[in-house]
Amino acid sequence: MRKLLIWLPLVLFLGFIALFASGLFQPDDRIIHSRLVGQPLPAFSLPAAASDRPPLASAQLATGQPRLLNTFASWCVPCAAEAPQLEALQKAGAQIDGIAIRDARADVDAFLKRNGNPYARIGLDARSAVQIALGSSGVPETFIIDGKGRIAYQHIGDIRADDVPMILDRLRAAQ
Amino acid sequence: MIAETGLAALWLAAALALLQLILAFAGLKGGKPELLAAVRPAAVAQGVLTAIAFALLVTLFLRSDMSVLLVVTNSHSMKPWLYKFAGAWGNHEGSMLLWVTVMGMAGAAVALFERALRRDTHMATLGGQAAISLGFYAFLLFSSNPFARIDPAPADGQGLNPLLQDPGLAFHPPTLYLGYVGLSVAFSFAIGALLTRQVDAAFARAMRPWVLAAWVLLTLGITAGSYWAYYELGWGGWWFWDPVENASLMPWLAATALLHSVTVLATRDALRAWTIMLAVVAFSMSMVGTFLVRSGILTSVHAFAVDPTRGSFILALLALYIGGALALFGWRIGSVREGAPFELVSRETMLVVNNLLLTVILGLVLIGTLYPLMTEAFGHKVSVGAPYFDRIAGPIALALMVAMAAGPLTRWRKDRARLVGKRLLIPAAIALIVAISLSVFALGRIGILPFLGLVIALSVGVASLAPLWKRNLRRTPLFTYGMVIAHLGCAVSLAGMACDSAFTVEKLVAARPGDTIQTAGWTLHFRKIAPLAGDNWTALQADIDVSRGGGSVLIHPQSRFFASPPTTTSEAALLTRWNGQLYVVLGEEVEGGRWQLRVWWKPFVTLIWLGGVMIALGGAMALVGRERRGWLMKWRARKATEVAA
Repeated sequence: MRKLLIWLPLVLFLGFIALFASGLFQPDDRIIHSRLVGQPLPAFSLPAAASDRPPLASAQLATGQPRLLNTFASWCVPCAAEAPQLEALQKAGAQIDGIAIRDARADVDAFLKRNGNPYARIGLDARSAVQIALGSSGVPETFIIDGKGRIAYQHIGDIRADDVPMILDRLRAAQ
Repeated sequence: MIAETGLAALWLAAALALLQLILAFAGLKGGKPELLAAVRPAAVAQGVLTAIAFALLVTLFLRSDMSVLLVVTNSHSMKPWLYKFAGAWGNHEGSMLLWVTVMGMAGAAVALFERALRRDTHMATLGGQAAISLGFYAFLLFSSNPFARIDPAPADGQGLNPLLQDPGLAFHPPTLYLGYVGLSVAFSFAIGALLTRQVDAAFARAMRPWVLAAWVLLTLGITAGSYWAYYELGWGGWWFWDPVENASLMPWLAATALLHSVTVLATRDALRAWTIMLAVVAFSMSMVGTFLVRSGILTSVHAFAVDPTRGSFILALLALYIGGALALFGWRIGSVREGAPFELVSRETMLVVNNLLLTVILGLVLIGTLYPLMTEAFGHKVSVGAPYFDRIAGPIALALMVAMAAGPLTRWRKDRARLVGKRLLIPAAIALIVAISLSVFALGRIGILPFLGLVIALSVGVASLAPLWKRNLRRTPLFTYGMVIAHLGCAVSLAGMACDSAFTVEKLVAARPGDTIQTAGWTLHFRKIAPLAGDNWTALQADIDVSRGGGSVLIHPQSRFFASPPTTTSEAALLTRWNGQLYVVLGEEVEGGRWQLRVWWKPFVTLIWLGGVMIALGGAMALVGRERRGWLMKWRARKATEVAA
């Protein structure tokens, strides 16, 4: 018993060293992972944000086919930078719905006119209520919603050109 | 030239450390005792050389020598001289140089002043100190050279992190380091004792003053750091359970336990293996803390040098030194005789309880600090915050306080539970009275931990004075006073913490000049806001008249902008009164010419740091008291032999 106790500190310490080494040599991963992945989409029903697109409700995102849900705003510069990538995704066959955050219909119309309109439906989240329910902290963010209305992936920040194939892969995987 | 001289002094010190190590062990094991004569001079020379290297680095900073890389990255010629001075250790390389300087000077002090230790243990201790120093010299010279030049030299430096441009920086890190690294002496003592198998009361008496000195400085350093965070960060909090704060708390907890167990060993020759283990753990915690901070594997507000290469270097040092010490412990401690046994109801048992509780808190803080790392190893990400530490460590700390009240009232060897209970009657009565009056006046308004905190603080405060009860106060030894004051300091500090969390009043307003704000009995009249230029910053400064009944005082919270590097800091305005502090922070401008003002009234919050200072003062008194008694006894013995002759 005494013998065991005598060597116990060394054994514990070696455990700590292994832990430290694993922490030190693990690739640094500072990305925040969403806790909403795998959760059902919060229920919402939003008015139309653009004059030529229908409004958006959460039920319309559970159609059996995976879809992209993109949050954006006319006042957001990275959202404009993201527009070509959304265009490319749509051309590749992705179904995209949008939520305009803290926005006004006239501004959204002007934004879509400038940057193109890849969205099937656009809801207006004037007070960020849905944005908060989605656990999203800023615009733009893009969610992959599987056919059953569950969140399969959350992309924080704008989608870069390199991200497009990854998004398409994930979209296919969410089938 | 200065930089090259500094570097040469460091190399020379490292060479001396190697020599000291070889001489000590060749002298002890190789049967060449004549080699031992050079060990002490080597240690002293090493201390002098590190001090020279450090003084030279400070000189480079004071002269703003922009041909030195470290000065360029951490200083600026426009900085006030105090921050040039303090900037020397406000960075990774400089603080590591401070580390080896403290280590070298501690080794020199052990060589010069240690007289009580058996000669072979003394030599083995110095050998141990040289062995640890050697690793840190290597770290400094191979991966963190503070004297590296930059060519071509830029016109000016990049400045010091404005958060660090505070007089506190001149005082807090050196004090903390003296304590933190001073514990290396206890570590080396343990190595020495294990090598020569001298684990007994005489050894403990020799080690005690070194532990006390390091512990006093560590206590002061932590207290100063806590106060610095309180007024500089502008959040109104005094402890954030940040990994770096925990890194200084963990050695302190281990050293506090060691301080008490070494007393048991010195007085009763018990707890031998345990005391040695604690001496190893205390400095190990200093090293682990440094590793956690410098490697960047934990995210912290203090992390100023995140570098995996340095991380691997410190990890290797950790594995070598702590692993080596623990292996030596396992190998040798079996051959150390078991210490003296003791009765269940005795001072010894109370001190064992103290040690166990401190160790449990240490373990919980360690687990809480490392938990994010552990879960990350299994692919999950979590962060552990203040609620965990408060809820887990709080109740145990309160239990520890109760044990602290009972300990000094229990006799060594053997006591009777009924008698101990009787001595605790008055404190228990006070606890009851406080509990009842708090329940009547503040029920439902304060949480359970602050409630218990106040009850325990007041009763333990009285109980800590009890050892002086019915004693001849003039004949009571200084170290007993030291213990009483340190224990009272714990109660005072606890009272401050409990008052702060129970009774703080916070108010956030948006006010324009001319407005009047009422909170917690104070009236604040916001007079104006105006720009102000300082040495290397500009600020917006608010003039606020505050009054509480009588005359008013003008206070000036500021929002400061530093040009290099561009940063904004908030300088809180603090108004200290006997019963608390008014804490005012100037925030950002909101629309319509109004400014955010955050006002706290914190009753008795200053007791937290007053208690910390009392704890350190008590430790210092115990140190002086013990040493003086040692001299007096020696002096009397000499007199007696002279008379006999």
